[in-house]
Amino acid sequence: MSSTAVSVPATDDRDRRIPFGAARDIYAITQRNLIAYRRVPQLLVFSTIQPVIFVLMFRYVFGGAITLRGLPYPYVDFLMPGIFTQTVVFGAIATAIGLSTDVKSGLMERFHSLPMARSAVLAGRTMADLIRNVFVVVLMMVVGFLVGWRIHTNVFGLISGALLVMLFAYAMSWVFATVGLAVGDPETAQAAAFPVLAPLVFASSAFVQVESMPAWLQVFARNQPVSVTVSAVRALVNGGPTAIYVEHSLAWCIGILVVFAPIAVRLYRRAV
Amino acid sequence: MTSNAIVVEDLHKRFGDVEALAGIDLEVAEGTVFGLLGPNGAGKTTAVRVLATVLQPDGGRAEVLGYDVVGQAEAVRRRIGLAGQYAAVDPNLTGRENLRMVGLLAQLVRSRILPRAAELLERFDLTSAADRPLRTYSGGMRRRLDIAASLMQRPPVLFLDEPTTGLDITSRNELWEMIRELVNEGTTVLLTTQYLEEADRLAGRIAVVDEGRVIANDTPEALKSQLGSTVVEMDVRGNGRAQDAVRVLSVRLSDRVEQEGERIRITSERGADVLIEALRILDDQGMAPDALTVREPSLDDVFLALTGHHAEDKQEDKQPELATSKGGAA
Repeated sequence: MSSTAVSVPATDDRDRRIPFGAARDIYAITQRNLIAYRRVPQLLVFSTIQPVIFVLMFRYVFGGAITLRGLPYPYVDFLMPGIFTQTVVFGAIATAIGLSTDVKSGLMERFHSLPMARSAVLAGRTMADLIRNVFVVVLMMVVGFLVGWRIHTNVFGLISGALLVMLFAYAMSWVFATVGLAVGDPETAQAAAFPVLAPLVFASSAFVQVESMPAWLQVFARNQPVSVTVSAVRALVNGGPTAIYVEHSLAWCIGILVVFAPIAVRLYRRAV
Repeated sequence: MTSNAIVVEDLHKRFGDVEALAGIDLEVAEGTVFGLLGPNGAGKTTAVRVLATVLQPDGGRAEVLGYDVVGQAEAVRRRIGLAGQYAAVDPNLTGRENLRMVGLLAQLVRSRILPRAAELLERFDLTSAADRPLRTYSGGMRRRLDIAASLMQRPPVLFLDEPTTGLDITSRNELWEMIRELVNEGTTVLLTTQYLEEADRLAGRIAVVDEGRVIANDTPEALKSQLGSTVVEMDVRGNGRAQDAVRVLSVRLSDRVEQEGERIRITSERGADVLIEALRILDDQGMAPDALTVREPSLDDVFLALTGHHAEDKQEDKQPELATSKGGAA
């Protein structure tokens, strides 16, 4: 057929690149996601109420029945690093819900038709969730101090522990970015997440010592990423050998990012 | 010679077993409105998504303003606006925040973003709601904001995917008026619709799409001349009575008379006169219709005229993995 398209025009001012355009795109998406947390406070309230209840329950209800063997500090000091970690693990579901909501609402279609950096939607989403996690974890620290949590090392240990929790949170966000884009529906994402997360959080050293579990479960419970990260944070704030746990936790975080970030990016390119 | 803003050649797209686009050819002249008319699942949305660089085609090629939608997607994205069926806006942001976000992502110079947003909010009559979160907007307001968002970068080519589906008549008429204004300013518009009336009112040219193919491509006038201006449908029930009625009507009326079961369809250019005459003929025979409808030709009539079968909705025209998330995307 005879096509009479206009001859390809010379590059006009529309094609001028904005300096640091990708950073600006990530900023725009991050800001948009943070505004949602401010406008819909229940999103934040629900992600903080659950860990607060866990703190109170394990500190005052179950704590008395849990005997720690061979540890020179009380249960609350054992508990809080577990609480920080489980908080960010369950909180990562929000990444899946946010992205799948965007797919469902048609916003992804708009993003794909805009001349924006391809990386911005995922980078902005995970960035906003990281900022939310900083807020939630700081809040949990305050709650911890109120129920008698004390640090046995120093401020450096606390900050390193918090940074490790954040890195782990960021890695988990990418796992759930993958889940959210794969299922494309917030309800399904939420339903799919819990059965995966529950064993990771509860068959771990977050609330009890792994030694109290049956031998067959100990192998999993000792080496899985939640336990390793909890142990690393515990060592950083309570003292004891740290290097081995921190190294294992960093390895898990990097491993998770290396596997899931490319999958999430691939799924994003196809998500409409 | 007028140049074409959009050129599509032999475009193919397949989702699993479903051939959403089975070789589409189109040319859209600059500064005109082109209507893609078809039922749900005909491939309209897939075609728009390929042209808007959202989906990659499996075969064929498409150019927007001379830029290839695959190889030069970035250049295409800087020149198009897309407003889909789903009002792709963030419900938690205000109207102004939504436009600002799109302005940033459209790579507009920062100092121009808020003035442009204010201008569009004014134009779409959303100024008083500009600083309210979108979840408080009505469906019509959301749709207007969605279109405003697609205009942030002053795109010379605008894609509107079923822009009035689900809108009430007032909102629909307002939207039609806005589309006409945009075209007067020189924008090229490609719109998809399931309504013959909408395509007729807005488009200078209409392509009828069925099962991923263009089955007609003409001006609205030419398409309608095949259809007549009035459709009278009569149900005549009882054993063989419809057949008797058709026989006598075909003889005495100069218009097209068709039978489908107990339903008789008369297509005419003569407006209501044909109805009076038809009833008189039946009355002479001592017959009367059990049910009666007089209406303008619909998409379904276009399909009957062009293909001999009814316009059938299909649900497959989308990526299968999203089948549960967006019921009935076309």
